[in-house]
Amino acid sequence: MSDYSELYQQVILEHNKKPRNFKVLEGAKFYALGKNPLCGDQFAVYVNLTEDGTIEDVGFQGAGCAIAKASASLMTTQVKGKSKDAARQLKDEFQKMVTGDLDVSCDEHHLGKLTLFAGVKDYPVRVKCATLAWHTLEAALSGKAEEITTE
Amino acid sequence: MKHEESIMAKVLEKSDVGRDAFPVTRIRQDFPVLQEQVYGRPLVYLDNAATTQKPNAVIDRMSSFYRHEYGTVRRGVYALSEKATQAYEQARAKVARFINAPISCEVLFTKGTTEAINLVATSYGRPFLSEGDEVLISAMEHHANIVPWQQLCLEKGAILRVIPMNDQGELLMEEYEALLSERTKIVAVNHVSNALGTINPIKRIIDLAHQAGAVVLIDGAQGISHIPVDVQALDCDFYAFSGHKLYGPSGIGVLYAKLKHLDRMVPYQFGGEMIESVTFEKTTFAKAPRKFEAGTPPIVEVIGLGEAIDYLNRIGMAAIGAYENSLLAYATAQLEALPEVRIIGTAPAKASVLSFEIEQVHPHDIGTLLDREGIAIRAGHHCAQPVMERFGVPATARASFSFYNTREEVDKLILGIGTVIKVFS
Repeated sequence: MSDYSELYQQVILEHNKKPRNFKVLEGAKFYALGKNPLCGDQFAVYVNLTEDGTIEDVGFQGAGCAIAKASASLMTTQVKGKSKDAARQLKDEFQKMVTGDLDVSCDEHHLGKLTLFAGVKDYPVRVKCATLAWHTLEAALSGKAEEITTE
Repeated sequence: MKHEESIMAKVLEKSDVGRDAFPVTRIRQDFPVLQEQVYGRPLVYLDNAATTQKPNAVIDRMSSFYRHEYGTVRRGVYALSEKATQAYEQARAKVARFINAPISCEVLFTKGTTEAINLVATSYGRPFLSEGDEVLISAMEHHANIVPWQQLCLEKGAILRVIPMNDQGELLMEEYEALLSERTKIVAVNHVSNALGTINPIKRIIDLAHQAGAVVLIDGAQGISHIPVDVQALDCDFYAFSGHKLYGPSGIGVLYAKLKHLDRMVPYQFGGEMIESVTFEKTTFAKAPRKFEAGTPPIVEVIGLGEAIDYLNRIGMAAIGAYENSLLAYATAQLEALPEVRIIGTAPAKASVLSFEIEQVHPHDIGTLLDREGIAIRAGHHCAQPVMERFGVPATARASFSFYNTREEVDKLILGIGTVIKVFS
């Protein structure tokens, strides 16, 4: 089989199998549940912030496809230690990258390892999978514990 | 297990006979889309339960009708309109013969199965259902045969009850009998489950419902393209199906309904063509089918559906069913041999649908990887979330076969699934 390796990179497959920060943060102050009603994928994201608004710890739980799960896992590794605003900026850049509005090879960005998901732009139906955890994180950071959907 | 193996062996034996006799290579030439390539590979189209591809006969007939014969129906006094009306009503007669309806006026054209079911829920359910009455559906229904009844019951204070199924995906007929009572007014079940492929024993379901005094709607969206349907032999009150799953155009569907019901039912929509006379004070309605076909109908889609039926009749529904069964048995046997794969829906009586999951792999990832091989399957909940819940899965991958599919295509599917397993192991 060919052509799939741009999407299913080894690191993505590995994060799917062994997701990082796949945990419930007991007593987390910031929490949201994200759902993609079209496929039934669903992730909960938990965040603890320090007093100055830095993400001290972040965890996620739920079930979804490899893209969704690996995206959630890598997201947690990249936002930990960052400020709320920096995390929001990453979310925006990530969203632009997977929808093809940001070219990681020439545009300025802070995506680092997250550029692994650049291949998603060639799979428009999978954009929602890649961004589900990020939308959920954004909802969690907004402080209104709520349920969001991709629709 | 031994027993099952011997059944499979018998099916395969039979299927070899069917395979030699069935001219699939020639038939594939009738479907232009099947000659297309996807990502540089020949398209392997295995999403036939969602919608079917169209033969040249249908495409050409619709195109020719637009070019040479198009006019409004049932209202023009000129030749073009008269001929269009004739063609339109001939298509209705073709549908009637296809399902062995005794008279053409028992065949109503709708947008599709969904609208046909909504029509019955509205035009029959609303006037004739009362508080405390019961509507009986099954655990394996498509959302289109759940939600209209659920909403109707909410509105009328009626109760929606559900016939359960076993782990193979077969309805529990004893439970069904126990659920039937004098309170049961409507029974609505599918002929074939779109998520599991189960062929339901609808004749028995209909007979038992009638003994209890209930009317029966059969959701034939998945049944009509695989199984010869005889509404008189079935004695169903309503049978609904879609044109686009029957090799015809989208946007057109059929509701068969017994005339005795149509006479009592209230109109579904109001407007032109469904009236006998109109004053500002009062309107009297036309008789069926016009009473239920307000406005200008999808004329060319009706013509296209008639042509699709002609096409299918030339091949023969019995031959189609036999060949598709052989493909399903062939694919099932190969899939069963893969230890990482679990087939969802293993009823002995199945048609065309193979729902499955692969250990540790989400159906969307299966769908994406197969797509890059040119193989189109469905991944999702198939508009049957209660079925997914029943089997404890968020979604399944589903391959569904048509008479234009081949064993070579099944082999490609199995190879592709092998690669999926490797990539995610």
